[in-house]
Amino acid sequence: MDAVLLSRIQFGLTAGFHFIFPPLTLGLTLVILILESIYYKTDSDLYKKISNFLIKVLGLVFVMGVATGIVLEFSFGTNWSNYSRMVGDIFGAPLAAEGVFAFFMESVFLGLLVFGRNRISRGMYLLSAFLVFFASHLSGLWIIIANSWMQTPAGFALEGGRAILKDFFAAVFNDSMLIRFLHTIMGGWITGSLFAAGIGAWYLLKNRDQETARPLITIALWIFIAISLLQFGSGHGHSVQVARTQPAKMAAFEALWHGQNGAPMSVIGIPDPDQKKTHLEIAVPKLLSIAIYFDPEARVQGLDEFPEDDLPSIVLSYLTYHGMIGLGSLFALLAVVSAFLMLRKKLFETRWFLWILVLAIPLPFIANELGWMAAEFGRQPWAVYKVLRTSEAASVVVPAWQILLSIIAFSVIYCLLFAVFLKILFSIIRKGPEKITLGYVGE
Amino acid sequence: METLQILQIIWFLLIGALFIGYSVLDGFDLGIGILLPFLAKEKKDIIALFSAIGPVWDGNEVWLLTAGGALFAAFPHVYATVFSGFYLALMLVLFALIFRAVSLEFWSLDEQRRSFWKWSFIIGSALPSFLFGVALGNVIQGIPLNDKMEFTGNFFTLLRPFPLATGLLGLSAILLQGCTYGALKTEGELHDRTVAAGKIIVIIYALLLILSTIISGIVIPGSLSNISAWASTIVVLVALVITALRIDKKNGLIPFFMSSLSFIGLWGIAGSLQFPNLVRATNGSELNLSIYNTSSTQLTLTVMLIIALIGMPLVVGYTIYAYRVFMGKVKL
Repeated sequence: MDAVLLSRIQFGLTAGFHFIFPPLTLGLTLVILILESIYYKTDSDLYKKISNFLIKVLGLVFVMGVATGIVLEFSFGTNWSNYSRMVGDIFGAPLAAEGVFAFFMESVFLGLLVFGRNRISRGMYLLSAFLVFFASHLSGLWIIIANSWMQTPAGFALEGGRAILKDFFAAVFNDSMLIRFLHTIMGGWITGSLFAAGIGAWYLLKNRDQETARPLITIALWIFIAISLLQFGSGHGHSVQVARTQPAKMAAFEALWHGQNGAPMSVIGIPDPDQKKTHLEIAVPKLLSIAIYFDPEARVQGLDEFPEDDLPSIVLSYLTYHGMIGLGSLFALLAVVSAFLMLRKKLFETRWFLWILVLAIPLPFIANELGWMAAEFGRQPWAVYKVLRTSEAASVVVPAWQILLSIIAFSVIYCLLFAVFLKILFSIIRKGPEKITLGYVGE
Repeated sequence: METLQILQIIWFLLIGALFIGYSVLDGFDLGIGILLPFLAKEKKDIIALFSAIGPVWDGNEVWLLTAGGALFAAFPHVYATVFSGFYLALMLVLFALIFRAVSLEFWSLDEQRRSFWKWSFIIGSALPSFLFGVALGNVIQGIPLNDKMEFTGNFFTLLRPFPLATGLLGLSAILLQGCTYGALKTEGELHDRTVAAGKIIVIIYALLLILSTIISGIVIPGSLSNISAWASTIVVLVALVITALRIDKKNGLIPFFMSSLSFIGLWGIAGSLQFPNLVRATNGSELNLSIYNTSSTQLTLTVMLIIALIGMPLVVGYTIYAYRVFMGKVKL
């Protein structure tokens, strides 16, 4: 097989697996910070118990993120060495900055959260909770800066085939960075809040840990309600940015075969690149033009206006993008029902809805992955949009069989780790906030 | 000297400093990991040792990530050449680090597979500890490169006598870090076993240093006339002598600082032999990857320097704070 394709498969697998964990980390640190703030103010042991429980989970999630994250930083050198040579002048700095500004802080203060409850003052503990929250988001910011630069490169010039930094702040604040950061962070909050609320719902359904489950659900679900609804706004903003800065990508997301005035928005369908049409499509007339330009007659560029060599896979882009939006819509629906039940004070007794909350836990993870896939599939065939093709980015000295070997090894290792991760996660949840202790066994 | 040249030299030193931070700090938790089967006789010993490194190991590993990121940003060609050229070896390091990262947590929470996670921590610590030194030995002795800065050897090119010797030397330095930190944090029989191991390792360490020096005289022309390398060697040896003399005394901080100093000395030797090169080519010095022909631009190096000057003092500050919080013997 082709070494470039194999390296893409490896990056997709390892980054996709890694990306299960950081969004959950973001959401959990937010819930923990709120719980610790309440504990600090009220001195109520109840909130301390709930927080300890989530810190235990966070510790587990965090090591999975660390273990799988280091692979990605190395992989630019191992599998994408041409990429590293071409854009290292720009791309390396945010990765280094992530370490310097964020990851040190996150690791050190998480150590204090997990092991330091009885060693530091309550104020210092609250500060640690805040710094873990702050640093995990800052860490996300630097990674998003690097990632966004690949989508909407800025602040550079091409010299001798290499991208040379000309303006650091222009590179950092590239066209897609802020909105992508907002959208990704909110995805993490949705993930973490529904995760926490779902666990609480499971306790209520099992008639256990009622005392801790109720406040946990209340706090987490209100976050979920607010962010799920707001996420529509950030998603909309992100789409508008894509349409303006990466029109070929938007055309692929919508499978808009022909450029037109008053373009429709595709809701569902099966795109067929051979016949250049979308089968069984349901589309809302003029909505795409309205959404992007706030003008029902505005012109939107179609796939026929771009060279075929510059287009991504339309099927993958369309399906992942629409899958994400579908799930996002479902979260908004869940949010509305949750808000209704909460305001009527019936949520804790509505068993069918509690079950839905439990069963919905995995869905935000899937939405995160689909959104990420849509962004990266849609960027193809470019590694750096309109600057460097993916086919020219890979290492030249690594033989295909070695990459195949490492793909097999990563797959086996990650399956094993994920199975054990789930088993441990379930055992923590089964133990529950009443029985959980921080630190290692017996400490 | 031009500004760019000064920045390139600064980044040579800063990346060295990051690797020193990694060696000294993650060195002790790697070392404790490898020594686990020799030190821990019962479950409470394992808990004591894990509790000694539990709150800090992860922050320690960030030094490696940051050093890797800084190398990428400051000398992208070196990062690209070495990481793609040493592909299989680096994959082994990654698999080891993955297992290592999860195994403390998994050991504690996955009771049925305790011995699996214990051994995954031991092997996951041992493999990188050895391979880091092998990799460094290779870039010091030199590797075959072409005029596009690409590695033209294979996996077995990497397994020559000098890199193997430096691999063992690095491993022994890491083991000694494990002993001196372990001695600092433990009590009773566990402490005594740690000290006993340290006394043996310090001798092996010194012998490996002498062996590596002899081989370097054969395979690296001019290495024995490098004055700053000799000065660094003397620092290492003096630090080792003090470590050996003080390791069973009450104040455990001195041996820990001395073994750390010996590690800094090792990096001093490596840096002295290498400067201004980062990767030597075995097939002609015009193919060497130096700080001058592989670096990023002046603007990038400047931006990175500002980032480091703002960020690293903070890192050092709160790292010291965290170590102070967890200071003293582990109490179970």
